[in-house]
Amino acid sequence: MSLADLCAALMFFGVIAYSIFAGADFGSGVWDLLAGNAERGGALRHQIDRSIGPVWEANHVWLIYVLVFMWTAFPRPFSAMITTLFVPWLFVALGIVLRGSGFAFRKFAETLSQARFYGAAFAASSVITPFFLGMIAGAIASGRVSLEHGGLITSWTGPTSWVGGVLAVLTCSFLAATFLAADSSRAGDHELARYCGRRALVSGIASGTVAMFAILPIEVDAKTLADGLQGRAAPFVVISAVAGAFALWRLSAQRYARARVGAVIAVAAVVIGWGVAQYPDVLVDHATIADTAGARSTLFGLLIVFAIAAVTAVPAMVWLFVLVNRRDWASDAHEAPLASPSSQQG
Amino acid sequence: MLAVSASQLMAARDQMALSLGFHIVLSCFGVAFPTLIYIVHRRGIRGDADALVLAKRWSKVAAVLFAVGAVSGTVLSFEMGLLWPGLMSRFGDVIGLPFALEGIAFFVEAIFMGIYLYGWGRLSPRTHLRTLIPMMVSGVVGTFCVVAVNAWMNSPSGFRAVGSGAALTVTAVQPWTAMFNNAVWLQFLHMFIAAYMVTGFVAAAVYASGMRKGRRDRVHRLGFTVAFAVATIAAIAQPLVGHVAGMRLAEHQPTKLAAMELAATTEHNAPLILGGVLIDGKVYGAIEIPGLSSLLSRGWFNRDVPGLDIVPTADQPPANVVHNSFQIMVAIGTALVLFSVWFWWRRRRGHDSFDSRWFLRLAVVAGPAAVLALESGWTTTEVGRQPWIVYGVLRVKDAVTPNGGIWISFSVILIVYAGLATITYRVIRSMSRRWRDNGEIDLPTPYGPPAEKEPVAVS
Repeated sequence: MSLADLCAALMFFGVIAYSIFAGADFGSGVWDLLAGNAERGGALRHQIDRSIGPVWEANHVWLIYVLVFMWTAFPRPFSAMITTLFVPWLFVALGIVLRGSGFAFRKFAETLSQARFYGAAFAASSVITPFFLGMIAGAIASGRVSLEHGGLITSWTGPTSWVGGVLAVLTCSFLAATFLAADSSRAGDHELARYCGRRALVSGIASGTVAMFAILPIEVDAKTLADGLQGRAAPFVVISAVAGAFALWRLSAQRYARARVGAVIAVAAVVIGWGVAQYPDVLVDHATIADTAGARSTLFGLLIVFAIAAVTAVPAMVWLFVLVNRRDWASDAHEAPLASPSSQQG
Repeated sequence: MLAVSASQLMAARDQMALSLGFHIVLSCFGVAFPTLIYIVHRRGIRGDADALVLAKRWSKVAAVLFAVGAVSGTVLSFEMGLLWPGLMSRFGDVIGLPFALEGIAFFVEAIFMGIYLYGWGRLSPRTHLRTLIPMMVSGVVGTFCVVAVNAWMNSPSGFRAVGSGAALTVTAVQPWTAMFNNAVWLQFLHMFIAAYMVTGFVAAAVYASGMRKGRRDRVHRLGFTVAFAVATIAAIAQPLVGHVAGMRLAEHQPTKLAAMELAATTEHNAPLILGGVLIDGKVYGAIEIPGLSSLLSRGWFNRDVPGLDIVPTADQPPANVVHNSFQIMVAIGTALVLFSVWFWWRRRRGHDSFDSRWFLRLAVVAGPAAVLALESGWTTTEVGRQPWIVYGVLRVKDAVTPNGGIWISFSVILIVYAGLATITYRVIRSMSRRWRDNGEIDLPTPYGPPAEKEPVAVS
């Protein structure tokens, strides 16, 4: 494995982490959108705030990490990619702005109608953002992004992009529903846990079905990716299918903590499979890792930066996740009881 | 690369200026607010109940500001590529490391922000207080890294350029040399101190405004005094750092200095030009003080101050913008030093400035004034670098995206950010009103209808 390969792997590590952690945050917004009116959806929205409130900003940073690693290690593919995929990246930017600010504003909203307005911004942009990110992934995976300046619209509207967009939203929803079921079960709200568990089952089955049939358009539209998925990356496809089946089995038995492990492995394996399938290309069919890597001294510098992250950000993140998974963090703080009637609702 | 029209370039520059000008204010709070919260929180757990009230309220305000800062910062990282692919494709690996380190700092800050916000009543008071320390440290590291990139654009090093213009390529990359370029330390200090000035004066202005409306309770007095004390220390240090940073321009960025001083031609014993505009090589409407420009920017009267004419017209920055924004920054900075020293001097002599309507009025103005100084200073350094994106190496027009329609994305950003600024302001105002009226610190989120049935809604 060369130095450039190692940097590509570290960058892709960020893609995996972002897909899982931010994916669950995005998916929570999807369920927030579908939670119904204020009366019916109150309990779920409250749980979403408690579950993703402490972690969403940290999870979001993985995207910055990926972008920075890409422009540092692979400056030319980065510039070509972002210039060609200018339009979907703009939608992603807009979605990120509305989602983060909408979520923070809702937390401190004064009236129900304000909370509803900010909540709608948060929830709608939680669908838009992963959808366009999925389309971006599909554009790269289907070889539509070269080192030249590609078509502003045609580059990201091919069949593989649509598959990527739909699959991204579905897997985010699956992850989120599983996470929320586990969180609400831990917080003692078993009715809400069952509500989320049912949604996890449905979105999990939908994700699996779409992923299975996705091979048909990919076969036609993205030859290199299809070859990779059926060849070198096949073990990851199998792992994903097995883990996904395990998650569904545990969901149906209402064993949410176990189901969460299965869901994470299933999604991570799909993402890893994509990466393995397109190796050694950064931009499929157009730019390889070896040909487009930046200066050697910089790649070495990136390893040092990663080592710094491993001893600073990573332990901090582990502590954060340990804290939020403690029972006393799952429920509300001890300072004062919440006045909201929804916290008593089922 | 395709030829890019002038209006296209202008739209890209405006979009970058708007996004940065918006984010820079929020990033000041990201850097300095944890320190202010630390001060009141520490006082609070040592028995000062009012200080603890401030810490709890400030942490909730920080939650809103950090969220908006996080997303507007993300937009900037996108725009580095969306708007300036010609910079990133050539220099991505030259300036990538400070960006990557800044990403780590952002990680640490976001993680501890989450722990701190949700740690109330869940962590032991001492541990909870200590979670602010990594945030303060990431403020230092993050500022250094971001400013390192900007300083490098002013004072590029760590590579060898081959060719020029659109055909420029880069070899012999030394990323650490680029990061620790010779402009970084002073520019970092200048920005870091500015963050503390902005946060301190704005927070103090909020409490001064409350006191003007008759709210003279101890929470208001304490809130003002802590924020104003931090702002004072920063305000006094700032002119010294700024002056030293300016002194090095004659050697490293002479055209920026010429524009700041509104010097059309290189002069011995150059006069300081206060205000004024430069039209066709002549200065109108200015007050001139003989010899002072040479003294201030070069250290003695008999030294040369470079003029714009050391480079062809095409390579000169728009001097009037640079000159006047620079002088607005200096004027406000000087006024803030005098104003804050006046407060502490009166306080030492036993005067209660909070009884003075004039003092409170000025203290309210000091907040927005500090923000204006920040924006002016940033305008000075950015516009002063024009027409270069990498000084003397790559022009802005050779770095801009070949994509059309930037006016559309600029308009969208303008509308979204205007809405975002309005809502941020209104949400924080509403939080403060509820704290005042209800006397409670927690602000319960209205997830469901209070009593009566609400109509069916999408969300």
